[in-house]
Amino acid sequence: MTHSLEGHTVHRYDGELNNLHLRVLEMGGLVLDQVRHALRALQEKDSNYANTVLEREHEVDELELGIDDDVITMIAKRGPVARDLRVIMSISKAITDLERIGDEAARIAHLAKGMYESERSAPSGHLMRDVIKMAKLALEMLQESLASFDSLNATHAQALVCRENELDLEFQSSLRRLATFLLEDARNVGHAIHIVLLIKSIERIGDHARNIAEYVIYMVRGEDVRHRLGSYCETGETQTSETDINSARKR
Amino acid sequence: MQNTQTGVKTPPRTTAGPTELDAASDVKDAVTVAHTATVSRDVRETVGEIRVADPRIRCDNVSVYYGEKRAINDISLDIEKNAVIALIGPSGCGKSTFLRCLNRMNDTIDGCRVTGDIVLDEININSPKIDVVPLRAQVGMVFQKPNPFPKSIWENIAFGPRIHGLAQDKEELDEIVVSSLKRAGLWSEVNDRLDQPGTGLSGGQQQRLCIARTIAVGPEVILMDEPCSALDPIATARIEDLIDELREQYTICIVTHSMQQAARVSQRTAYFHLGDLIEVGDTDQIFTNPRHELTEDYITGRFG
Repeated sequence: MTHSLEGHTVHRYDGELNNLHLRVLEMGGLVLDQVRHALRALQEKDSNYANTVLEREHEVDELELGIDDDVITMIAKRGPVARDLRVIMSISKAITDLERIGDEAARIAHLAKGMYESERSAPSGHLMRDVIKMAKLALEMLQESLASFDSLNATHAQALVCRENELDLEFQSSLRRLATFLLEDARNVGHAIHIVLLIKSIERIGDHARNIAEYVIYMVRGEDVRHRLGSYCETGETQTSETDINSARKR
Repeated sequence: MQNTQTGVKTPPRTTAGPTELDAASDVKDAVTVAHTATVSRDVRETVGEIRVADPRIRCDNVSVYYGEKRAINDISLDIEKNAVIALIGPSGCGKSTFLRCLNRMNDTIDGCRVTGDIVLDEININSPKIDVVPLRAQVGMVFQKPNPFPKSIWENIAFGPRIHGLAQDKEELDEIVVSSLKRAGLWSEVNDRLDQPGTGLSGGQQQRLCIARTIAVGPEVILMDEPCSALDPIATARIEDLIDELREQYTICIVTHSMQQAARVSQRTAYFHLGDLIEVGDTDQIFTNPRHELTEDYITGRFG
């Protein structure tokens, strides 16, 4: 799977790069689990899940610091260039996004605790429906971006970033529905604020997941697609994949 | 609402386990995984832009033979004016052989034959009619090992201008010596001992003396064959800094085994492999996103 990280004349270099990649996946797995726990806290109205998220948040932070340290050491010692450099820089950026996803998970956990531990009644299932729907989408995106990072699969990452941003559309329509809801009965404003904060956090998670997929494309293909997804997704990847196939045959 | 749990599958927390998404990856994906540079190792044609808008030297189909053996194959490449081009590649790839073509240094090797056109100022300098002595003043060379003459510092630099008749008298010669030493960044270190032997200087100073000697005859192109490989990091940094300054007035072509050095000093980089020019391009591109797999293998340390 991590073929493209290997093959250096200095074998230890292979080991260090592979280890770095694995640690990011470890962090990704933890962050994914944090998000899942946070959402379960919401869904099952169970603040134990939220507590787990808050207790583990420091683990995410520590992983970020540790990986950052490894990145700096590798740059200093190995002087990476070309693909290796792109991998290391992408890792450095990906962990920032992962850490922020971890922050959003903690934020959701806090909100869940606030909602279910307080004296007031919890928001109605009707209100929570949008939140759960968006959460599902965000989790899928995060999971897919981590899978593309795991396999260093640019085709997969591209499919993710070029797909219509369902989560964003859902976010916009949720806001509209909330506004209507408030117009009907302004006493719901307390809940509505919670919901807005929740869906904003969930929307951010989706954005960070897309960023990670963009780094995968940069790592593998050397194409920086940030802020130009429109033109990138239109022109497609046919050119790249064709030459990729050619070189595979010759191997 | 129930399907939030069923719809979301989490990979194991601490390991990078395969997911169902991996299983779906087809052959094409596996290929994308294996390669970032997109030109296959089997391709021997040059990848990248061999021509530039403002060439100082234009090479067309240059081949070099040592007896029957062909050392470099059909290389076409522009050497850009007022820029540094770095030639990189493993030992025996032909980069030094190519460099030596540019001022006919291969003439000194028995059984060496150079074919193709090397055009400088619209003249093919590879023609047998060319007088190599003025050519080598126009296209100067700095070697791997500093090789000052066993004479005084002053004499080391004055020698070239004198035999090329560049100075009328001692005064003019003095001027050339001082300005060359200044341009080579050596003046402040040696101005009080110009009469002392050049061989008494440190390695880095000797190399800068050799650069000053090259500059003294008013070249337009400076060829450097691993100019820093015998120097310590500080002396190397000095030379690299000097190369950067000299670029404004001269065209520089440098052969180096240090990829970091190529990345630091050059604007264009050419990668040679087994006598072929594999890839040429902007240094920034070559070192971040090379197009040819062989280039990537070499610069990332995956060679052999």
